[in-house]
Amino acid sequence: MGRYLIRRLLTAIPTLIAISFVIFAILDLAPSDPTGNLPLTIPPEVKEQIRESLGLGQPFHVRYLKWMQQFFITEPLNILEETTGIAIGDSEGRFRLRSWQTRGPVIDLVLERLPQTLWVVGLAYLVSIVIAIPLGVISAVKQYSWIDQVATIFSMIGFSVPTFFTGLLAIIIFSVHLGWFPSFYDTTHQVTDWESFVFQIKQIILPVSVLALFQTATLNRFTRSSVLDNLPQDYVRTVRAKGFREYYVIMTHVLRNSLIPVVTLVALGIPTIFGGAIITEQIFRINGLGALLIIAIQGSDIPVVQSLTFIFAILIVLFNLVADVIYGFLDPRIHYS
Amino acid sequence: MKRNLFLFLCAAIALMLMAACGAQPQPAAPEEPESAEAEPAEEVAEEEAAEEPAEEVAEEETAEEAAESAETMRGTGDTLNILYWQAASTMNPFLSGGTKDIEAASVVLEPLARYDENGNMVPWLVEEIPTVENGGVAEDLTSITWKIKEGILWSDGTPFTAEDVKFTAEYCLNEEMGCNALSYLGDVESVEAVDDLTVQINFGVPKPFPYGPFVGATIPVLQKAQFEDCMGVKAQECTDQNFAPIGTGPYKVTDFKANDVVVYDINENYRDPDKPYFSQVIFKGGGDAAAAARSVLETGEVDYAWNLQVEPQILDSMAAAGKGTVVTAYGTSVERLMVNFTNPDPALGDLRAVWTEDDPNPHPFLTDPVVTQALSMAIDREAIATQLYGAGGKPTCNVLPAPEIYVSTANDGCLEQDIEGANALLDEAGIVDTDGDGIREKDGVPLQILYQTSTNSVRQSTQALVKQWWEQIGVGSELRNIDAGVFFGGDPASPDTFQKFFADIEMYTNNFDGTDPESYMGNWLCKEIPNPDNQWIGNNMPRYCNADYDALVAQMSETAALEDRAELAKQMNDMLMQDYVMIPLVHRGDVSAHSNTLEGVRMNTWDSELWNIADWTRASE
Amino acid sequence: MTAQSETIALPAAAKKQRSLWGDVWVQFRKHKLAMFGLFVIAFIMISVLIGPLVYTRDPEYIDFTVANQAPSLQFPFGTDNLGRDGLARNLFGGRISIAVGIVAMLISMFVGSFIGALSGYYSKLDGPLMRFTDMMLALPLLPLLLVIILLFRDTLRATFGPETGIFLLIVFVIGILNWMPTARVVRGSVLSIKEKEFVEAAISIGTNQNTVLLKHVFPNVLSPIIVAATLSIANAIITESALSFLGLGFPSDVPTWGRLLYDGKDFMTFTPWVVIFPGLFISFTVLGINFMGDGLRDALDPKLRD
Repeated sequence: MGRYLIRRLLTAIPTLIAISFVIFAILDLAPSDPTGNLPLTIPPEVKEQIRESLGLGQPFHVRYLKWMQQFFITEPLNILEETTGIAIGDSEGRFRLRSWQTRGPVIDLVLERLPQTLWVVGLAYLVSIVIAIPLGVISAVKQYSWIDQVATIFSMIGFSVPTFFTGLLAIIIFSVHLGWFPSFYDTTHQVTDWESFVFQIKQIILPVSVLALFQTATLNRFTRSSVLDNLPQDYVRTVRAKGFREYYVIMTHVLRNSLIPVVTLVALGIPTIFGGAIITEQIFRINGLGALLIIAIQGSDIPVVQSLTFIFAILIVLFNLVADVIYGFLDPRIHYS
Repeated sequence: MKRNLFLFLCAAIALMLMAACGAQPQPAAPEEPESAEAEPAEEVAEEEAAEEPAEEVAEEETAEEAAESAETMRGTGDTLNILYWQAASTMNPFLSGGTKDIEAASVVLEPLARYDENGNMVPWLVEEIPTVENGGVAEDLTSITWKIKEGILWSDGTPFTAEDVKFTAEYCLNEEMGCNALSYLGDVESVEAVDDLTVQINFGVPKPFPYGPFVGATIPVLQKAQFEDCMGVKAQECTDQNFAPIGTGPYKVTDFKANDVVVYDINENYRDPDKPYFSQVIFKGGGDAAAAARSVLETGEVDYAWNLQVEPQILDSMAAAGKGTVVTAYGTSVERLMVNFTNPDPALGDLRAVWTEDDPNPHPFLTDPVVTQALSMAIDREAIATQLYGAGGKPTCNVLPAPEIYVSTANDGCLEQDIEGANALLDEAGIVDTDGDGIREKDGVPLQILYQTSTNSVRQSTQALVKQWWEQIGVGSELRNIDAGVFFGGDPASPDTFQKFFADIEMYTNNFDGTDPESYMGNWLCKEIPNPDNQWIGNNMPRYCNADYDALVAQMSETAALEDRAELAKQMNDMLMQDYVMIPLVHRGDVSAHSNTLEGVRMNTWDSELWNIADWTRASE
Repeated sequence: MTAQSETIALPAAAKKQRSLWGDVWVQFRKHKLAMFGLFVIAFIMISVLIGPLVYTRDPEYIDFTVANQAPSLQFPFGTDNLGRDGLARNLFGGRISIAVGIVAMLISMFVGSFIGALSGYYSKLDGPLMRFTDMMLALPLLPLLLVIILLFRDTLRATFGPETGIFLLIVFVIGILNWMPTARVVRGSVLSIKEKEFVEAAISIGTNQNTVLLKHVFPNVLSPIIVAATLSIANAIITESALSFLGLGFPSDVPTWGRLLYDGKDFMTFTPWVVIFPGLFISFTVLGINFMGDGLRDALDPKLRD
């Protein structure tokens, strides 16, 4: 396992470099333009000057290498300096990776938005795991019971009705008519005491529910089907025949064997937490990472798009590795050579 | 098993009920949707009319209260919540991504003079508007001298001087910077600080309209001390400065989260000790126009929301909740169809939609004014304006719809839809359907139009409507919508930009800043035609080239008298309209909404909507 | 559990036919919910295929005099803010949405299970294929779409005409960008199944590796694939609406369910029928397919079969 891990980590490096190149190339080929959203009253010559000032005039390979340098050397050094307070070399003269829209450092933007994304998307993810897995197991064990039917129908609604619709419905019912919860998220809010904590809960409850409904739907379906697959297996009969209680049979034997597809999905889903929830964030004005990505894409803010997608790529590679390690733990017969 | 089915049906019913919950708030019974629509619409109109008197009352009240308490009104209010659904990306308007940033900055940064809600210039940081009569503008129109008011302080307590103005001009004129407001400094040769309170701007050529520099929210004054080290390429790197510029406005920035929220506190050094009223301003971004409208009109969570281009029925039904008021202001924006005079046929390869002097590459049928006139006649502008734009649009037949003195009435015949007339016109010209497919042919070429625009639900509805009307006169169309970032972007590699115009008709809105149309009317000069030689840079999308028109533009640049300028502008407008270079559809207004407790809003389209935020107050309940 | 006992109680019908799919069909017919799903899907399919031929109103005809009408005899599904007929738009939109959903699902299931199965079964292929999957997962979707459309739209439009060209493009784009989770899930299950005794047994009697994968391993990972397929139809229908919204989908005068839902969302409180009907259509389609998937899964399970 140890050698396997090291090998996987080593192969991750060329993989990530290849990914970074493909991402860069795609964004370079894409036809959108950073001056596209400027008012039409700005003359085209001025727009051309703005483009030049953003460094768009340079050839492809120069921009790529510059970006690589900024992403892998400059920015980590800056973070190191900020956290430790020790100046390393010429920190003023370093050419930082900047967003074209805000002209601020990309990393600052990302860090500014991480908290609200983690609060909302992360919490929704947790909630959905906590609901979906037990519910999936119950649905499977009591297949076609009323619990199963209700869960099925809820999952299907959760899945087939997009979040832009459920989110809006939630706002109209709970914010406009009942006035229970705010319809948007206050990013300047700080949790300091009980009251502000209650407010924080109030402002995240709608987006978290909407997102959790959607995610629970998927996870629940996969858990149910996986448990159903395992229930008629011979090993389950054997354990039952030994006279163990059903609860024990399910919880220790069936569940563990059923979790492989579920683990895959959960692991694949964790990077998406950091990707934010584009639509939900927009509806509730959470302005997290998802909203940052979509604004950056719409405004062709290429440095931000590149960095966000690349961070995302690193997380995907990492969590897929984690999933593979968990496979081995769940099913000791799986061995990687 | 049966029980399962029953359960499933129950759930299905539950789903319907859930959806029906959303239907409850409907103001009137669904059988009478017409009355439900009509009422709020009237209300909006009335309130618009009532806007100014209400404002006066508010001013009186504040004056009275101030007199009673003999203390200042400053900071007695609560928090003012403003919602711009496109969030501010930067507070430096010279590096901004658009209107949202300029308006967010306008709370802090101020120009020498502003435009009021009627488009008149008002002195802001200066004593008066310089003119030739008062000696502020040189006789030969090559310089303008501004006299700064005494005692104006930056929010850090230092005095505002002519040096700051001089510096700002140099900052923006630096070629490596990529300054957005560069065109306002066109022909500026030098800026001199004559003394601390006098600044003289010299132009290289006579400027009949010398009010470009430092008038209006797009080009305010920056503090020299703060931005001194941010010249040229370094402008990008001054994050602290760009995110929290020091200004002379009523508020100062205390917290800025890019693309999210701006928090402002009172500027203690603001020149009017009685203002501003609100102790804090929060400028929040995110979501979409409909959600923004809902926050002001239905939930009342915010006090002011900007740019509410929402279907009129929805806006009206929200306004019916009675928490807020919709306000509109008409500037110079016109939604128009651009007609392609060149042939965009993909078969032409590199010559597609390319105009050159030697080979104008004419379009097979759109160069025929009979066809374009018929296309224009078939459109019911009134229907588009009322059904799709509501409070935010009125029908127009001009590409130059405002200010009042420039507006021509020569083309108003187009306001009436005339499908029969259009059909007759085409029949007469011999453009008829020869092969029985319902689409007319001109010289064997079917009148089949590729009609493109940017992605936006109102534009797509307009496309659908226009397509239907054109079908009725035997003109077929294929609709295409392109992401705005691509369509309005200038990427020379993309075939979908509005400059390349690889389509027969394209639709978008254009306007001009301020009140002077000279540079705007210059958009349709021959030299403005985009083509591969100039990297497709240019404003003359229709590829219109007319020596008479060019002559009029040249004449206007030498004419100073306002009446003569207006006459010339009207002539140019009429020439463009009668040659059917463009088919104007709707004169678009800016639509915003404010809470009913907010007083003092004077909706302004010529400057920032927040131009008089220092005067905004909360109604006492 | 009831389904199980019933199927065991009724083995007689299966006697005559012994082909796999024959058995499956016999089994499937016993599954009431599955039959209900089949019925719902059949009903929706027939309505959208035959409906527009019977109900001939033009889905794109704009008439402001009848704008925002509630459902009535004249307009069974009401009208939208431009006075377009709701029923005609839903029927017409259904054709495209269902076609997009099913074709895109088939593409993504085929690619996903192919790559997942190969990767899980042949450990030599595992590394490269999974790294490729990682890369696909990491690509920024929207810019990628812009690039694909930039590169292929005009060619496809010229070869297949505007509508078919765009249809192929959209189906391909949705399918090709959605296979990765399926591949990961299938690979995970294959990794586990290939270590089971019956696989070992098959290999030990000298069965060809490809045959083992196809005949022994693959049928055992069908159930996650079926779940994924069900969900991916809904996903494709919704994704299509997002594409239209971004100006990357069908021309704006082509209605689809996803688009009707999206365009109507702001009218939710004002004219709710413009969103309820497409919403119900999508939900019922997904529910129907899901029930069919459940039935198919049960029917395919040899343990439940006689």
